[in-house]
Amino acid sequence: MQWETVIGLEIHTQLATRSKIFSGAATAFGAAPNSQACAIDLGLPGVLPVLNAEAVRLAVRFGKAIGASVAHRSVFARKNYFYPDLPKGYQISQYELPIVGEGQVQIVLADGTVKSIGVTRAHLEEDAGKSLHDDRLGGGGYSGIDLNRAGTPLLEIVSEPDMRSPQEAVAYARKIHQLVRWIGISDGNMQEGSFRIDANVSIRPHGQMRFGTRAEIKNINSFRFLERAIQFEVERQIEVLEGGGTLVQETRLYDAERDETRSMRSKEEAHDYRYFPDPDLLPLELDAAFIVDAVADLPELPDVKRERFHTQYDLGEYDASQLTASRELADYFETVARASGEPKLAANWINGELAAALNRAELEIGQSPVSAERLADLLKRILDGTLSGKLAKQVFEAMWSGAGDADQIIEEQGLRQITDSGALETMIAAIVAANPAQVEQYRAGKDKVFGFFVGQVMKESKGKANPQQVNAILKRMLAPSD
Amino acid sequence: MQNKSIAQLAADLRLRTYSSVELTRHYLERIARLDPRLNSFISVASDAALAAAERADRMIATGDAGPLAGIPIAHKDIFCTAGLKTSCGSRMLDNFIAPYDATVVERLSAAGAVILGKTNMDEFAMGSSNETSYYGPVKNPWDPTRVPGGSSGGSAAAVAARLCAAATGTDTGGSIRQPAALCGITGLKPTYGRCSRWGMIAFASSLDQAGILARSAADVACLLDEMAGFDPRDSTSADVPVPDYVDALDDDIAGLRIGLPKEYFGSGLDDRVARSVHAAIAELERLGASVREISLPNSMLAVPVYYVVAPAECSSNLARFDGVRYGHRCAHPQDLDDLYKRSRAEGFGAEVRRRIMIGTYVLSAGYYDAYYLKAQKIRHLIADDFARAFETVDVIMGPTAPTTAFALGAKLDDPVAMYLNDIYTIATNLAGLPGMSIPVEPVDGLPVGLQLIGNAFAEARLLNVAHRFQQVTHWHQGAPAGFE
Repeated sequence: MQWETVIGLEIHTQLATRSKIFSGAATAFGAAPNSQACAIDLGLPGVLPVLNAEAVRLAVRFGKAIGASVAHRSVFARKNYFYPDLPKGYQISQYELPIVGEGQVQIVLADGTVKSIGVTRAHLEEDAGKSLHDDRLGGGGYSGIDLNRAGTPLLEIVSEPDMRSPQEAVAYARKIHQLVRWIGISDGNMQEGSFRIDANVSIRPHGQMRFGTRAEIKNINSFRFLERAIQFEVERQIEVLEGGGTLVQETRLYDAERDETRSMRSKEEAHDYRYFPDPDLLPLELDAAFIVDAVADLPELPDVKRERFHTQYDLGEYDASQLTASRELADYFETVARASGEPKLAANWINGELAAALNRAELEIGQSPVSAERLADLLKRILDGTLSGKLAKQVFEAMWSGAGDADQIIEEQGLRQITDSGALETMIAAIVAANPAQVEQYRAGKDKVFGFFVGQVMKESKGKANPQQVNAILKRMLAPSD
Repeated sequence: MQNKSIAQLAADLRLRTYSSVELTRHYLERIARLDPRLNSFISVASDAALAAAERADRMIATGDAGPLAGIPIAHKDIFCTAGLKTSCGSRMLDNFIAPYDATVVERLSAAGAVILGKTNMDEFAMGSSNETSYYGPVKNPWDPTRVPGGSSGGSAAAVAARLCAAATGTDTGGSIRQPAALCGITGLKPTYGRCSRWGMIAFASSLDQAGILARSAADVACLLDEMAGFDPRDSTSADVPVPDYVDALDDDIAGLRIGLPKEYFGSGLDDRVARSVHAAIAELERLGASVREISLPNSMLAVPVYYVVAPAECSSNLARFDGVRYGHRCAHPQDLDDLYKRSRAEGFGAEVRRRIMIGTYVLSAGYYDAYYLKAQKIRHLIADDFARAFETVDVIMGPTAPTTAFALGAKLDDPVAMYLNDIYTIATNLAGLPGMSIPVEPVDGLPVGLQLIGNAFAEARLLNVAHRFQQVTHWHQGAPAGFE
C-alpha cells in the first residue's frame, strides 16, 4: 500500500525578555540552580502573577510577521497537572482565546517549489522548571528540581497538519526558527532549550481524507533529530499497520542515541488538564496603539526579501532562499552585491567559498573573518582581471587566515595575474620551441597534448598567467604552419 | 483601655496618656489570660509586638508617626507575615514562615500598627463556624458553647473579647460578615479589588477580598484608609481613587434610599432575627432614610453557584501544596505519587479535601460546561440583579445570617446546612460588591447582624450609614460577659 505521511508541529520558542513572564526574576541561561527563582516562580502561598508587557510585544511581532490576526482580547488559562518542576500545580497558558490567530509561512523545498504551511495559532505561556534525576544528588532515589527556568516566557506556535514528509517538517521548523530570530523575538538557541519541537505524526493510505491515529513526539531539540524521529515513527507506524496491528494515540519520546521513539503515555493515561480562565489575571486587552508600536520596527521579512533578491538581483529561488536564511546573511549579501556591482558573482561566492569555509570552521556569518566589504574588494579584482578565479580562491584563503585585504595579499604574494601579452608570447614561444615532439603530436591531431602546454605555461608563470590569453596564444602558435 | 475606639487610643498615645508599649502589654496580658477560653489566636508575637510598640512610641515622640502608630491589631492567619508563621489554619502550613509581608500587612505596619499575633480561622478559609481549623475550634465569647462563625472566626472572637483593637479578615462568601454578626461586632468586606490580594493565601481568587473586623464603623474606616488602594503586584486590584473614609463618616443620611430584597426575608430566616433587623431599619428611617422592597430574583441560586466556582478555583489554588518545596511532607515517601497522596491527605482536613474534590470534578472534561461555565453565566445574572436594584436604591439591607450563633458541632456533619449559613452573604462576593455587618438588637443574649450591601466602591457610603446608626444606638458597645 502507498502511505501518506501527515505531520503537524508544535514549537515552543523562548521569548527574548530579560525577566520572566509573570515575575521580575532574570531569565539568563546557565545560572546556579534555583538562583533565578523568586517567590512567584517558587509558587509560594499568596503570591500573584503580573504579566510582562515585553513578552506580549514579542508575541504581537510574531503574529504580524506571519500575517495572522492579533487578538485584541486574549485570555490566560490554567493548565492543571501535578509535577515536581511545576511549582503551582498548574501552568499559566492560553487556551480558548490565544493572542495570535491563524497565519501562514512559506517553505522552499529542495526542488525550488514553494509551499504554504498554515499556522493554527500561537499562544503565550510560562515554562516549567527542570527535574534532575542524577546520581550527583547522592542517589537514594532523590531527584533535584531547578526552578530557574520556571516562568520563562514561551510562545507556543501550533501548525496545521500540512506537512507530508520529514523534509517538509524540517523545512517548516527551520523557517520558524529563521523567523523568530529574524524578528528578534528569540535567540533560537536549541542547545539551551530556547527552541523545542513536538511533532504530531500519522500516516494514511494515499487518497484517504480522514487522518490516521497520531503519535506526538515530545521535546525534539535539533533539526536532524526531528527528521530522524519522524522517519523512524513513520516506518514504525507502517510496520504496525501492515502487520495487521492498530495504532493507539499516544505520546512518544525520541531517543537520539538509539535513534528510535518510545511510548511515554497512551491516551488513557493522558492528563485531564482542567483548563479554566486564570482568575489572577484579567483578560489581556490590547489597543491598536500597542500593536502598531510593537511592529513599528519590524524588518523586511524573509519571504519578501527572498522574492526581492529573486527579482531585483535575478537570483534563482534556491540561491535567494539560501541567502535569506538569516538577516545577517542577507545583509552581508546585499553589501557585497552593492559594493561589487555583481550580485550573481556575490551570490556564488557567498553560497560557495564563504559558506564552505564557515561550515568547516563552524562559524555563523556574523563571525566571519572576512567582512562583506573585503569580500567585495576581492570580487572587484576578479572583475577587473587582476585575479583569475583560481587566484581569487588563493587570495580568499589568505584573507580568511588573516593575512590582510585582497590588494595587500595580491601585492605581497605577487599573485597578480600576468596579462602582458608580450611577456606571455615570449614565455609560450620558448615552451613551444623546447618541446618539438609534443608539437608534432598535437599537429598530428592529438588534441590532448594542448593540456600539456597549458600546464607548462602555468608552471612557468607560477599559476599567474591569464588562462584565456594563454589559450589564445597557444592555439595560434601550435597551429600547423602553412 | 480595651473599650476605647481607635481614634481615642491614637489621641491618648499622642498625648502620652499611656505608651504603645503599655497598651500592647495590656492586650498581650488579656490574650494570655482570656484567650485560653476562646482559642482565637494561632500565634502570639509578644516580642515582635513590643519591639514594634517601642518603635511606634519613638516615632510618636519625634512627631513622624503614621495614623495607626502604636495601635495593637491582629491579622487573620491567611495573611503572610515575614518571619512569623502563616498557617492558614492548616496542618499543611504548620511549618510555613513566609519571606514577605502581604500588602495589607505591609500597609498597616507602615501606618504604625502593632501586630499582636495571628488569628485562628477555618482551614484555608473554608468553613462558616471555625471548626475546620487544624488548631481547634474558636469559641464565641458571648457563649463558649457556640461557634463564632467563620472563616474569620478568630478575628471576630478576638475583637469581640477586646483582645485587640481591630483585626483583618478575608471574605470569600461571608467570612468577615457572618462571624462579625455572630460575635456582635462590625465587619466590612470591601469591593473586589479594593484591597490587594498579594500575600493573602488564595482560596477562590475571583471572590477573595481582604477586609476588617472592629468594634465600630469608625474603627473600620481608620484601617480601611490605610489598607485600600491599587497594588501593582495584584493584577486584579482596582486602580480606583481611594476616598477618605473617616472624613465621610459624619455625612448626613437623610434621603438615603434603602432596598430590602424580599428574597432575604423568606423562609429559613429566624423570626426574632428578622424582628431585630426590621427594628434597626426603622431606626435608620428615623434618621431620614426611606425604605422600599426590591427583588434579587436570582439570589437563591447564589449558594449552588458559589459551591461550583469557589471549589473549582480552590482545587487549582491548593495544588501548590504538594509536599515538594514547603509545607507538610509525609514521612518516607515511596515514590512521587505516594509523596503527593499522603502529604496532601495528611496535610489537609476533611472540608478542604471535600472542596478540592468537588472543584476537580466540576472542571473535568465533560463536566466543565455543565457546571463551571453554567455557574459563570448565572454569576452574571446575579450581578445584573444588583445592578438593576442600585438604579433605584443606595444601599441594600437585610440579615447577615439566618440565625444567631449555633452550637459547636451542630452542623459539622451536615455540610449543606453549614453552607446555607452564608445564604445572604454569598451573592455579594459573586457580584464583587462591598458588604458590611453591624450589630443590632441581640436575641436571647446572642448578637444579631444587619447586613448592608453597597454598589461597587461605595464603602464610604456604607461606613457612613453604619456610623450614623452607631451614633444613635449602643448595640456595638456591648461586651460579652467576662471580657468587658
